[in-house]
Amino acid sequence: MSAVASPAQAVDPRLPLHRRRKIVNTIALTLSLAAMAFGLLWLIWILVETIVLGIGGISLATFVESTPAPNADGGGLANAIFGSALMVGLATLLGTPLGILAGIYLAEYGQRGWLAPTTRFINDILLSAPSIVIGLFVYTLVVARTQTFSGWAGVLALALIVIPVVVRTSENMLRLIPNALREAAFALGTPKWRVITMVTLRAARAGVVTGVLLALARISGETAPLLFTALSNQFFSADLKSPMANLPMTIFKFAMSPFANWQHLAWAGVFLITIGVLALNILARVLFRSKD
Amino acid sequence: MASEGAAAAAARTKLSVRNLNFYYGKFHALKNVNLDIPERKVTAFIGPSGCGKSTLLRVFNRMYALYPEQRAEGEVKIEGENLLTTKDDVALIRARIGMIFQKPTPFPISIYDNIAFGVKLFERLPRGAMDERVEWALRKAALWNEVKSKLGQSGTSLSGGQQQRLCIARGIAIRPEVILFDEPCSALDPISTAKIEELIEELKADYTVAIVTHNMQQAARVSDFTAYMYLGEMIEFGETDQIFVKPRKKETEDYITGRFG
Amino acid sequence: MAASIQTDDVNQVTAHTAPQAPFARRASPLGDLVFAGMAGGAALLTLLMLAGIIVSLIVGAWPAIQNSGLSFLTTAEWDPVKEKFGGLAMIYGTLATSIIALLIAVPVSFGIAMFLTELSPAWLKRPLGTAIELLAAVPSIVYGMWGLLVFSPILATYVQVPLQKLLKGVPVLGSLVSGAPVGIGLLAAGIILAIMIIPFIAAVMRDVFEVTPPMLKESAYGLGATTWEVVWGVVLPYTKAGVIGGIMLGLGRALGETMAVTFVIGNFNQLTSLSLFEPGNSITSALANEFGEASPGLHQASLIYLGLILFFITFIVLAFSKLLLMRLARNEGSRT
Repeated sequence: MSAVASPAQAVDPRLPLHRRRKIVNTIALTLSLAAMAFGLLWLIWILVETIVLGIGGISLATFVESTPAPNADGGGLANAIFGSALMVGLATLLGTPLGILAGIYLAEYGQRGWLAPTTRFINDILLSAPSIVIGLFVYTLVVARTQTFSGWAGVLALALIVIPVVVRTSENMLRLIPNALREAAFALGTPKWRVITMVTLRAARAGVVTGVLLALARISGETAPLLFTALSNQFFSADLKSPMANLPMTIFKFAMSPFANWQHLAWAGVFLITIGVLALNILARVLFRSKD
Repeated sequence: MASEGAAAAAARTKLSVRNLNFYYGKFHALKNVNLDIPERKVTAFIGPSGCGKSTLLRVFNRMYALYPEQRAEGEVKIEGENLLTTKDDVALIRARIGMIFQKPTPFPISIYDNIAFGVKLFERLPRGAMDERVEWALRKAALWNEVKSKLGQSGTSLSGGQQQRLCIARGIAIRPEVILFDEPCSALDPISTAKIEELIEELKADYTVAIVTHNMQQAARVSDFTAYMYLGEMIEFGETDQIFVKPRKKETEDYITGRFG
Repeated sequence: MAASIQTDDVNQVTAHTAPQAPFARRASPLGDLVFAGMAGGAALLTLLMLAGIIVSLIVGAWPAIQNSGLSFLTTAEWDPVKEKFGGLAMIYGTLATSIIALLIAVPVSFGIAMFLTELSPAWLKRPLGTAIELLAAVPSIVYGMWGLLVFSPILATYVQVPLQKLLKGVPVLGSLVSGAPVGIGLLAAGIILAIMIIPFIAAVMRDVFEVTPPMLKESAYGLGATTWEVVWGVVLPYTKAGVIGGIMLGLGRALGETMAVTFVIGNFNQLTSLSLFEPGNSITSALANEFGEASPGLHQASLIYLGLILFFITFIVLAFSKLLLMRLARNEGSRT
């Protein structure tokens, strides 16, 4: 069974099987191309519809006037935009330091013991936890106690979503920094906390900032955590102790309603959120790549 | 140019290279290479880094075709058929000319499936016949005794030297005519290297072998014919004994005696 | 990033520590202790968060747990007026939409990843890859709204009506597509979910396909394999840990998604018809639609009970995938 077959004998019996393999290959490659086109189709369709239907509703009024009553004309999204910006900003401010600190712990202090692996596992769970469950949590913690929906509850819910994202990205970015850099700092007699804050974290700052931007982009579009926390508000308000207007909830309410004016505003809101989120993502990419 | 050396002419030619030019984009990597590789002998390719020996090897099995910016012009004939322009599917060509790489590349599947991978591409063998082929290939690669009790284990669980022999067995299983070795021992320890060199000695009874190596002593140990290349050109080709003892060209002598690396 | 070692960082460090070395050495234990404490405290906080979530969910759901126990998982009747609550319809809705989403998304993502790594010309790879990643960033409310106002009418006209005509009278399949053709329901939600999770799964698959060592692929090509055979027979086994991780990630997202589903699922707590076109409900959409107005008491507690079940399901999926990945890593043995 070991003589080498001569080429002429070997090629012929292989040919039918080979033809079938070629057909399979061609089919597979065609399907792959189709899948790519399929994915692109949805992206383009959604973006185009959003732009077309949304941009028509954008005018100066959108940014200046607050949400109108049902079946009334005119109005804008000013209160919703303001509320969203306020809550998202506060949530990021609240969640980022905690997230970075925990990320530092995982990357710089986590070599021994049980806390680091456990925290990492739990962080993964929180990262994939349904955001509506986070909303429920904050509801039972804050809203049920204070007997009122509030902007602060919304901020807390959003912050709880920011934290796992920032923890994960910070840890990953810090881990990318080679040990040689840390060792060089240690060799100079630098205390550990200074090595981390002045050397390692500084070297990783582009990546960490990118992570924060991505977290910000993520919560900008989140609706579920706000459903039972900040609720929404028809009027312009900066009072975080009561329900606060925000874009996602406003869109939800307006889109499901039968009023044409509200539906136009909902598309405008969707357009604004999409542009904002995409812009943040692109900014994060550009920042990350340029610092390299 | 016709092949050099009377002994080479006496052996049948398996691969005949004429006016071969190769380009990486604009870079002219192989310049007018002419060569006859004798059948059932071991031909070694030596030369300093960047001389084009690996490039030449990768022309033989059309591996360069995977990369759009690489192209070859000229003739590489196997039994009269030009590999570079043949209408045959490149997959069939590659089945006739096998390649072993610098680092062992076991597929992340079982040892048995590694060997069966190539065979399944071309033949419909019932289980018993496949078992036989796997055993035959592993025996030929001097690996059978070490793995016969663990054929179901992952190919990546073997040691480096064993992995490389697994790759050799995998290449042999599809019964090629030519086997190309691209610095096969560069990632291995001396003991594994010795085993592979022994294996190559045995393989030449059935296959035409071409081996690229940057280790001159290895070339001297293992090959029947040696080709010396420099900066993309074939400088000298002849019987190994002659090349190492009495090289005809000064450039060859300079390299062999270590005047430059 | 390694290359951006800032010499002024090191100089600054030197400036701060060198002249004051004796004092610094005494002060640093405190600084280190405080900082380490803060970092460890932050890590501990994540543990507390999780514990807090689980505890508060259980406490909130307790009246419902006491009332229905595990039969909650098997009863479909949901009547706030009669105070009868069974979560089966919502659980079914969540699982059904997620499974539909996976069935569509996994093959498509695989095709996209294969295209990006093996077929696409070099100049097209980056823009296409970026496009897919941007699709992942689009907020779910956009999908939901688009789904309701743009997609459902089209689904109704071009898919539902023809399918109903085709399968009219066919025993099992016919009932699967019955119902008013308005384009909402489990199938619509499942399709929207699929479109949502494709970018996640495709991006992960693409990333792991890309880091397959070229030498490994060349070995397979060298044996005479076709592109498809190399991807299916070598790249996929090599990357299976990452691929599974990506799929689990997508599944987790699908299970927990609220807005994309709520708009199109129909918000109807029923399980009387198996039709994919009848309105249904998922856990998340039930919560979104009813929690705001639910009176504190059994209704609210039952909804929180649903939330607890959902959390549990996503936890199981995640833990399972981690276990699977650990198993795979162990079986591979040494990796070059």
